[in-house]
Amino acid sequence: MLLSLEPRGQQSRAMLWLSPLLAALLTLASGSLLFALLGHDPLDTLHTLLVAPLADWYGVSELLVKALPILLCALGLAVAYQARIWNIGAEGQLLLGALAGSAMALQLLDWDSRWALLWVVAAGTAAGAAWAGLSAWLRTVFNANEILTSIMLNYIALNLLLFFVHGPLKDPAGFNFPESAMFGDASRLPLLGDDGRLHAGLYLALLTLAAVWVLLHRSFLGFQIKVLGLDRRAAGFVGFREKRLVWFALLLSGALAGLAGVGEVAGPIGQLVPQVSPGYGYAAITVAFLGRLNPLGILAASLLMALLYLGGEHAQMAMNLPQAITQLFQGLMLFFLLACDVLILYRPRLQLNWGRRSALKQVVA
Amino acid sequence: MSSSTPAARLQLSAISKRYPGCLANDRIDLSIAAGEIRALLGENGAGKSTLMKIIYGVTQPDSGELRWQGRAVTMRDPAMARGLGIGMVFQHFSLFETLTVAQNIALALGARAGSPKRLEAQIREVAQRYGMALEPGRLVHSLSIGERQRVEIVRCLMQDIRLLILDEPTSVLTPQEADELFVTLRRLAAEGCSILFISHKLGEVRALCHSATVLRGGRVSGHCLPAACSDLELARLMVGDAESLHGSYPKASGGAEFLQVDRLSWANADPFGTALRGIELSVRSGEIVGIAGVAGNGQDELLALLSGEQPLPRKEAASIRFAGRPVAHLRPDARRKLGLAFVPAERLGHGAVPDLSLSDNALLSAFGQGLVSHGLIQRGKVRAFAEEIIRRFAVKAPDAETPARSLSGGNLQKFILGREILQQPRLLVAAHPTWGVDVGAAAAIHRALIALRDAGAAILVISEDLDELLQISDRVAALCGGRLSPLVASAQTSPAAVGRWMAGQFAATPMNTPAVAAAQS
Repeated sequence: MLLSLEPRGQQSRAMLWLSPLLAALLTLASGSLLFALLGHDPLDTLHTLLVAPLADWYGVSELLVKALPILLCALGLAVAYQARIWNIGAEGQLLLGALAGSAMALQLLDWDSRWALLWVVAAGTAAGAAWAGLSAWLRTVFNANEILTSIMLNYIALNLLLFFVHGPLKDPAGFNFPESAMFGDASRLPLLGDDGRLHAGLYLALLTLAAVWVLLHRSFLGFQIKVLGLDRRAAGFVGFREKRLVWFALLLSGALAGLAGVGEVAGPIGQLVPQVSPGYGYAAITVAFLGRLNPLGILAASLLMALLYLGGEHAQMAMNLPQAITQLFQGLMLFFLLACDVLILYRPRLQLNWGRRSALKQVVA
Repeated sequence: MSSSTPAARLQLSAISKRYPGCLANDRIDLSIAAGEIRALLGENGAGKSTLMKIIYGVTQPDSGELRWQGRAVTMRDPAMARGLGIGMVFQHFSLFETLTVAQNIALALGARAGSPKRLEAQIREVAQRYGMALEPGRLVHSLSIGERQRVEIVRCLMQDIRLLILDEPTSVLTPQEADELFVTLRRLAAEGCSILFISHKLGEVRALCHSATVLRGGRVSGHCLPAACSDLELARLMVGDAESLHGSYPKASGGAEFLQVDRLSWANADPFGTALRGIELSVRSGEIVGIAGVAGNGQDELLALLSGEQPLPRKEAASIRFAGRPVAHLRPDARRKLGLAFVPAERLGHGAVPDLSLSDNALLSAFGQGLVSHGLIQRGKVRAFAEEIIRRFAVKAPDAETPARSLSGGNLQKFILGREILQQPRLLVAAHPTWGVDVGAAAAIHRALIALRDAGAAILVISEDLDELLQISDRVAALCGGRLSPLVASAQTSPAAVGRWMAGQFAATPMNTPAVAAAQS
């Protein structure tokens, strides 16, 4: 028996939608196998991981809190990836957004007006954009690969954040803990509802979702971005400005990652801490592809990814499973999705006939 | 199989292949003997490419049988076809642009390629034996279309080959080069290699091929001996009705000059490109100017400078003018606003985005036609525009949402040309407008160009098909080595005279050809 792949000639619409489902099923199946091998009851573990966290409103609101930064980062990445600009630096852009937002908030500790929040959010967004702008500058002027520059800038951003939180921005009254002072109320994103940590960042995220959808599916700018990604020569032939589009895509994805970062410190956390992000910027890469670079798909994928984060914490507490479970599931999911995506363009074919192959060998000889 | 008669090299029986929406091949029978040169004729969409792909193992037939030297085989993939001794030169080349000629050939040969040094010597030897100049160390992206095709042909000849399939091989060659290729092919056939030759040029088929099979609408519509058939008979087999195919068009003299190119020189940074030197050119409104020349003599560079893909510094702005206005420093979109429309040489990947729908591809260059308002795409208008192109230019496509990739070469070319013409340009620059396009579509494209000319547009056609240029253009010139010959009225010149220009002999006056011919000999 031999399994071979045959080109379909055109995309299979059915597989376009079935592939993520198939990938999810395969992830669950291999996850169960893993749990069984580790001596846990698979169904029980999956329940703890994926269902139990959503048992009450608090769980749902926590899910949304975790989904927001992932969603914002992934929306920005989707725009860049449509142009085939591989910004891997959402994590660094997010951290820098958090850092700049915190620095601004600490300057405005005694403001009472709501303008403080605006300044904080603007500072974080601008810092994220500027951080991505470095990659754009290196790429458009020196033709430096944005994958490398944006990854390297992630580490610089992380160390900048650590430097500031251990140094200049450390709370003088904080018993030498590496944390900033708590922000003033005027600089915090207002909470939605009485219990839980869900905050007004939700509105920002939904607004961004709509805006990115319009950009990618209705606007001429989005069309230019798509053409640039699909066919650079065709874009040049009609005069689309490649450099401007590269700048735009990177600045936008950086700005949204920065917004995600400042949303974390001004939202659920309320101060600058070293662990602003458990890798949201990296998870967003998976989410952007899982959602097929489509804003609505990304919404669904970011909720799923947030569930994995939440479930990972839950399983850690309830069943003493290691935190790495979350990353393992993320990895499995991306792996299976990419594997299943092959079926969009190729059709599997089982060849049961060995006889033909040997006949063929005679012909060749 | 105990056969007393010698088995055919390749025999197809009742091959059928269905694609979503069309039956590309419908019970096709075809048999090729050893050493036979067989022509495969047919319009775009007649199923030639599909049949080729089946023989070469790119796709599998839904039904039918394929016998190779008497044995039934299932052609699983091109590697297997190559293993059996089948070589193919595609119309769309399959070369890695960032690799050298030798590396590309080594990839196809696999382990048999041997050491790079020996391979390069072999390539030189094969190229020389068959009269095709080719430098193994050059990078493919720096080669012209014609040169890339040579790589493809040489790549096939490097292996022990028993059936060579050529998909429109002569469309990028000068008449002399085509004759040289025919010598090569005849020699190969005499050595016992079978050749399947796809072409739209009926004269070539008659000169080269022993026999011809004609496809129409996915079926075999007839077999014939090309030597015994007239062009009209062949064309009728291909399209059914061949009346309006060979028009001769009245010449025009045009009005005021629209495009003026004045001492245009450009030093190409690419070491394998061509530098342009002192190009002088003018195109009047209401005339067609044709520029002949063999690929790689500066056509690509001239096109990039005219379209604006390669803008010049501001101080050289006046070297290209539209109606007196300096434009050489402007980018493509700014030039479009001034009335330029442009049809690039490569359809997929340059003139159209393969993965986008026809609708989106209509928007690609026509965005200035009120299809975008306040930065938002007017989907309804775009669709209507795409449908108008499809209707007015008889593009064979299911609907405007079909991806450009799935159209045959001629249909896509009609679409691209229609997209540019419907924008009512004041100047149309078209590169190789009928390259690889069948006779029916080529005639439609010619008629569209003439109609646009008669509506008062200035048209510049750059092509390697000299017959076509003389047929449709009012004045012609030739490019050679980055220099442009003088422009003359095409009614007063001859293929031979322009052919000498293509070889760089600009001193030869085209008016009195016999005298020149005598002087040359």
